Amino acid sequence: MTSESGQQHPLGVYYQVWILLFVVSFFSYMVDYLDIQGFWRWTLVMFFMVVKAGFIVAIFMHAAWERMALVFTILGPPAVLLLLIAFMAVEGDYTEESRFTYNGHDRDAVALTPADLHGDGAAH
Amino acid sequence: MSNTASHSAPAAGVTGLVDDWAADKQAYHVPWGKAMMWIFLVSDTFIFTCFLTGYLNVRMTTTQPWPVQSEIFALSFGGAPIPLILIAIMTMVLITSSGTMALAVNYGYRRDKMKTFWLLFATAVLGATFVGMQAFEWTKLIVDEQVRPWGNPFGAPQFGSVFFMVTGFHGLHVSAGVIYLMWVAVRVIRGRYEKRGYEIVEIAGLYWHFVDLVWVFIFAFFYLL
Repeated sequence: MTSESGQQHPLGVYYQVWILLFVVSFFSYMVDYLDIQGFWRWTLVMFFMVVKAGFIVAIFMHAAWERMALVFTILGPPAVLLLLIAFMAVEGDYTEESRFTYNGHDRDAVALTPADLHGDGAAH
Repeated sequence: MSNTASHSAPAAGVTGLVDDWAADKQAYHVPWGKAMMWIFLVSDTFIFTCFLTGYLNVRMTTTQPWPVQSEIFALSFGGAPIPLILIAIMTMVLITSSGTMALAVNYGYRRDKMKTFWLLFATAVLGATFVGMQAFEWTKLIVDEQVRPWGNPFGAPQFGSVFFMVTGFHGLHVSAGVIYLMWVAVRVIRGRYEKRGYEIVEIAGLYWHFVDLVWVFIFAFFYLL
């Protein structure tokens, strides 16, 4: 019975995905190392994240070879979480804006870094 | 196992989907343990997504500046601090362990007892290494940088709460996974699955890959963005 036997695939596909995960992780680290900011930081980081997550679920977790009934059980319910994320993003935007507008919080505040506090490597 | 009259393989695709749900019979054509592990992982997905969505919300709503992760998680090896290097190494360690886990599952189904054992053992060791590096990271943040769940010297106090909650919960998953894998590895070497089949290794693998999967999202959202 095919349904009761486990997932058995050629080793090559695992090695390929493994290497790909290393390469993509290296790329996403490079985004930070090369200090890419703004639109491209978000685009690249999200793209690499989706590629990595997709290959882990599809190949390493064998979702690509599972039957559709199981795949929908796995991917269907979490899809509603996208709605939660969308709602929270909309909420977050106006909450922050009203705090700036009505609580008088400083819009130009800048975060400190360990160099500012410990004085190592900083100019001051 | 199933009492269906049909001896042919079930239909695939949409027809298969309808067939699987349309009759009073087994819906998932996988061992029950695997179906249960998947359902557990779906519920765990909800927990981690709620954590990350909470993080999204506090980070968007706080009017204080968010600390610069790249510099806080930088590490110096004698020279100038390299940004985020410890986290990059931790990511590589976890991906390596995911690869050895995938191979362990494969060699399990090939009934290669010794290779399955050693690959599971390697996966557990890499997992323990990850937890060790995380302990180092926590110590550095708590002792050297004075980061607390209720505040830190850099900016928004929510940074500490999110950091300890999200990475702590993930680290707990990795630690549990290490124990789980060791347990399965011992049973493999004792030959327990020679007769029963090696599905247990695949089920343990699902859990381990999920832990790696969660780290992919934490790495992107908490450390990079």
